[in-house]
Amino acid sequence: MSTPDGLLTYGDEQKERVGFFTDTSVCIGCKACEVACKEWNLIPEDGRVWTGESYDNTSELNANTWRHVAFVEQEKPLVANGDGETGLRWLMESDVCKHCTHAACLDVCPTGALFRTEFGTVVVQQDICNGCGYCVPACPFGVLDKRHLPATTDPPPAFLGRKEDGRVWKCTLCYDRLKGGHEPACAKACPTKSIQFGPLDELRERADARLEKLAAEGWNGAQLYGRDPEDGVGGFGAFFLLLDDPEVYGLPPDPVVTTKHLPAMWTNMLAAAGALVAGITAATLLGGRR
Amino acid sequence: MSANGHRSYYGRPIIKEPVWTWEIPTYFFTGGLAGASSVLSTAARLTGNAKLGRRSLFLGAIADVVSPALLVSDLGRPERFHHMFRVVKVTSPMNMGSWVLLVSGGASSTAAVLELLDRLKPVKILAEAVATLAGPLLATYTGVLVADTAVPVWHEARQELPWIFGASAAASAGAAACMFVQPREAGPARRTAIAGVLAEGALMQAMTLRLGTVGEVYKQGEAGKYARAAKGMATVGAALLATRGRKSRGAAVLGGALVCAGEMCLRWSVFKAGFQSARAPKYVVETQRSRAAHNGSKATTKPAA
Repeated sequence: MSTPDGLLTYGDEQKERVGFFTDTSVCIGCKACEVACKEWNLIPEDGRVWTGESYDNTSELNANTWRHVAFVEQEKPLVANGDGETGLRWLMESDVCKHCTHAACLDVCPTGALFRTEFGTVVVQQDICNGCGYCVPACPFGVLDKRHLPATTDPPPAFLGRKEDGRVWKCTLCYDRLKGGHEPACAKACPTKSIQFGPLDELRERADARLEKLAAEGWNGAQLYGRDPEDGVGGFGAFFLLLDDPEVYGLPPDPVVTTKHLPAMWTNMLAAAGALVAGITAATLLGGRR
Repeated sequence: MSANGHRSYYGRPIIKEPVWTWEIPTYFFTGGLAGASSVLSTAARLTGNAKLGRRSLFLGAIADVVSPALLVSDLGRPERFHHMFRVVKVTSPMNMGSWVLLVSGGASSTAAVLELLDRLKPVKILAEAVATLAGPLLATYTGVLVADTAVPVWHEARQELPWIFGASAAASAGAAACMFVQPREAGPARRTAIAGVLAEGALMQAMTLRLGTVGEVYKQGEAGKYARAAKGMATVGAALLATRGRKSRGAAVLGGALVCAGEMCLRWSVFKAGFQSARAPKYVVETQRSRAAHNGSKATTKPAA
């Protein structure tokens, strides 16, 4: 389950699978990751809105936001000390594309624009994407989106009269930086090591130790999310340590790659197609011409 | 914690709404019409009903030519439409569908042109045969296309959607033929339309019942409006075809038009339902929480007790 689809096709060029371990217990909500990501990847500004939702005016991951820091204010003490004490806690979580082991976006992409890199990550080739938008509702995390801003690079031909970029964008796990032997911009900028980059196996070991420590200290709701290679998407390439259930941070509680059921769907469709032929044949034969 | 018990991040959606625009539900209709018309045309020809065969061939070919234009128009980068044919990819219903549409559209338009020109009969028959094989796939794959997403009301309906779309396609093809063929030749088309409407209605009912809470979007907002319009128009149209369609050309035209309009609304209802389902985080959370409670989940790893 834990080998990403397509990774083994690289042969000698295959690299060790890398990813992120985002430990929200040390996130301070500085948004350095958001800024570093925007700067490094030349992501356009997409408007500034005051939401009134704690310190979060970014709101979501989309075509123009590849790191998003969520802020949750709760009436719940950080550490459960058993004396019934209440208190406030402020949860912060830097969200990102999960680079799934079994990635729905990659599976459903009709052009092959989305592909598995030699590092086991999932990347959109911008010179191939034709903006069909299928990956957008296919992603169980709502990561991908079509960019409706003017194209900054590779603009569409003028004869079509289209002024917007029209392609789908998401986190590349800084594919260009990985190629050059550097860590992704967000991890580099993170001042508290909340965003840790490295070989996935190593990150998982580190996360297990961290969870054990937080549990021993009695932290409320500490749990790893996307760490298990047996989960619905075969484990995340970018997984998390959360301090509450995933839905509290706007994450799906039990994501399953949508193509898991596709073989059954194709079989079912062939039966429906057969029924269509049978039905029309019956309607033709049973009864007269009139 | 929201009023109905699930938690969310400021009520924000967990998954993204589709970015597809009006071309897509319209294509679901035209693609279905094209696919089922190819089958109806061949069935009519094989039983010696040349008039119906010819008209259904033309109707199917027109719908088959309009379909790719709609799809290209929806793309963010229309000039790159041919990237659909860079790969053959069974994990992508859209890729498979593009190939099916290419084959179906190519075959049915070739057959229609040769029929008009009255030339190269063997080629025409071969093209019709190809269109007849591709047609049923074209009429039903769109159900898989929408079901193969993370949108709860689509994904959870993966059993029914290809059947609903197939039945709707049959209804559309039969009804369209009723509008353009004299009632004395249109028996098979009329029966196809009526049976299609009945099957589609029953399947929609079964689907929304089985979906439970997830299916409630079919009673709300735009999806609800289109669903009611679809049911009303398709039912009245089919009743008109059943009672007066044999004798009156006027009734056949009106009934056929109503059924087609109803089936178009059905596609719009399913389309809009997906948006409504994606917008409300509770559908994602409730579906996954109840599945996790039933089957267990490895999405999260809790500390050893």
